[in-house]
Amino acid sequence: MFPIVEARTLAPDIRQLTIFAPRIARRQKPGQFVIVRVHERGERIPLTIAAADPLEGHITIIVQAVGKTTALLNLLRAGDALLDVVGPLGKPSEMENFGTAVVIGGGVGTAIAFPTAKALKQAGNHVIFILGARNKELLLLENEIRAVADELIVMTDDGSYGTKGFVTDALKKLLDEGQKIDHVLAIGPIPMMKAVAGVTRPLMIKTVVSLNSIMVDGTGMCGGCRVGIDGDSQFACVDGPEFDAHQVDFDLLTRRNRAYRELEVSSMADFTDDPMPDIELMRAAGQLGAGDLEPIPARLRSVAR
Amino acid sequence: MSQKPLPDHNPLPMKERMKLDRQRMPERPPEERAKCFQEVNLGFGEDLAKQESLRCLSCQKPTCVTACPVSVKVKDFIDLILAGDYLGAAAKIREDNVLPGVTGRVCPQEDQCEGGCTVGKKKEPVGIGYLERFVADWEQRSGVIGLPERAPATGKKVAIIGSGPAGLSCAGDLIQRGHQVRVFEALHDLGGVLAYGIPEFRLPRSIVKQEIENMKKMGVEFETDCVVGRTVTIDELFHDEGYSAVFVATGAGLPQFMKIPGENLNGVYSANEFLTRVNLMRAYRFPEYDEPVYNCKDQDVAVIGGGNTAMDAARVSLRLGAKNVYLIYRRSEKEMPARIEEVHHAKDEGIQILALNNPVAYLGEERVTAVRVQKQELGEPDASGRRRPIPIPGSEYEIPVSVVIIAVGTTANPLVQATTPGLQTNKKNYIVADPETLRTSREGVFAGGDIVTGAATVILAMGAGRKAAASIHDWLTTGVWKPGNGQPAAPLAATAD
Repeated sequence: MFPIVEARTLAPDIRQLTIFAPRIARRQKPGQFVIVRVHERGERIPLTIAAADPLEGHITIIVQAVGKTTALLNLLRAGDALLDVVGPLGKPSEMENFGTAVVIGGGVGTAIAFPTAKALKQAGNHVIFILGARNKELLLLENEIRAVADELIVMTDDGSYGTKGFVTDALKKLLDEGQKIDHVLAIGPIPMMKAVAGVTRPLMIKTVVSLNSIMVDGTGMCGGCRVGIDGDSQFACVDGPEFDAHQVDFDLLTRRNRAYRELEVSSMADFTDDPMPDIELMRAAGQLGAGDLEPIPARLRSVAR
Repeated sequence: MSQKPLPDHNPLPMKERMKLDRQRMPERPPEERAKCFQEVNLGFGEDLAKQESLRCLSCQKPTCVTACPVSVKVKDFIDLILAGDYLGAAAKIREDNVLPGVTGRVCPQEDQCEGGCTVGKKKEPVGIGYLERFVADWEQRSGVIGLPERAPATGKKVAIIGSGPAGLSCAGDLIQRGHQVRVFEALHDLGGVLAYGIPEFRLPRSIVKQEIENMKKMGVEFETDCVVGRTVTIDELFHDEGYSAVFVATGAGLPQFMKIPGENLNGVYSANEFLTRVNLMRAYRFPEYDEPVYNCKDQDVAVIGGGNTAMDAARVSLRLGAKNVYLIYRRSEKEMPARIEEVHHAKDEGIQILALNNPVAYLGEERVTAVRVQKQELGEPDASGRRRPIPIPGSEYEIPVSVVIIAVGTTANPLVQATTPGLQTNKKNYIVADPETLRTSREGVFAGGDIVTGAATVILAMGAGRKAAASIHDWLTTGVWKPGNGQPAAPLAATAD
């Protein structure tokens, strides 16, 4: 079992969990992920490692509630435990002094991009971070990024904070102003990553994206996470999760990620209607150190409908 | 032969024994079992087991034993069955085989022990596999497990990577020799292919769990959720964690695809993914269990391949409610690598075998809606010794399907090799190991099972595990990294294939 040592809310439906997983913390490198199974009947889902403390044996994941498993994760508190956490999986981010690196984080993708941005800075790059979210409330890690990046540009879809517009608008503006860019890392929703690739492709600026395909084991065994790269198939778990954005078939990724949508929606609806079976399972296994789970917020119920 | 004194427990003269026919395995009726995950073979009762045991000729030189990859003392355990000492029979098997409940179910006995049986030259061979299963089940029901003795502790630690049949078998032998053994498993559950690959109706999970519990009682330690090569490296196991030897038994887990159009459509699974979702993650009990799998109910399913894994995938989809299950295989049924018993079981249940057919494309917009198939004819034998399939031009046709499962083989999992400097691999990325000693190019590192040989059977992997255990024991007691039997010390052959 993997105890949760800290849990806090970063934004609506987005929680940060710090987990005691000493083996993983010791070996983790930016860009890698873990596979998590919450309880005995749970599914296995991949989540990127946002930070690690090898001395304490802690890793941090940032979870947005989008389906049953992530919703359940968001209800856990310090003192509770996850049944299984395995990792670090995937290849670490490619790390060198490229010159000027633009790191683009969209929504919860920011949490994935942040550790790599930090490493890029340590490798000697001039780091420009473009941080995007739907609105001010959903903006993640602004202070942490400000402390690391040489420049920070904040974009919100509704203009509630920073500049109104998309992250690609900020990227285009940098290019229009004649900013020399040697390396781009973009992590966020698939349409965002696709749009960034569209901006940098004609200019042949090396652009890296991190792909969140559906996985089971994460060790190359199931082949479920196959993604289209330059007309060929690769496995996101062992060949990725980071790939050259200009070679990625984003439409295929979108399609494959939709595969179980109906089942996911019904599973989420069942859970919000009656979370007791899951609570009972975790209690019986001694996973609920902090007593029962957090009450399910009413907003989550509406997500499920 | 008849001049020899008869063993105590078999009252029949040789001639009489040869007159007896092989006892049939009781099976769950096809129409019933095609709808449930309960075991197909029901097992022998005491009467059937005794009756079948009477057929054994008690050969002076038992060829059944030499035909077994782990040399189970077949003649001795059958003799104990005749004596009514079923627990003694089980303990006798355990001396050589830590997983009798497993091998009694999934071994290709017809090619191994039973293939070597003398009775088989004139009649059907003795049902050794059925008898092995009978005593293993008897022992399990009794709750009295004849665990082998442990030698005094040596204080040496051995790390075993992978809890599949090779790893478990090696662990069982090493713990008996007094070493401290820890098995590392990447998944959350133990058993490797026994847990994720072989379905419940052929090998109940309770059997695997019980065998692993027995090993825990013998002192073997297990660590799940640990991917050696990622979570910890072999170098760290040696230098930071004090292991003296490592046995790599990671298997050949990487699924192969055919690289034909439409393979990435939704609904096209590798057999590994499909079976893992259903067997390991229990997706067939969704939404009680969270892992999803495409609903096969009233759907048409195509399974590509002709091995045991293809049979398993086909029969699982049938149990998930599929209307039609087509097993598409490019050679003729005669060349199918699957066990004959499994092919029969599949056919009885209603699997439709389309031999001499090969998929050339999958069609559909988002989800697969059809497979385009090309008919084949057989030419001359190829490197595998089987007649080569040759496409018949203009013979393409389409079969409507909404789920496709690809079971055309696997290759080496690369994670350990990628993070172990100096570990020699061949051009297909399998680990190179001395065939006698299973030593690799790295001192203290041994490898065996599918990661060395490519995909094979449970019992061959177990044989490799035993061989590795003997070799590791030799290394731990002598400290000499000596060459194998008649093999040059170094370098090892560049390729094993």
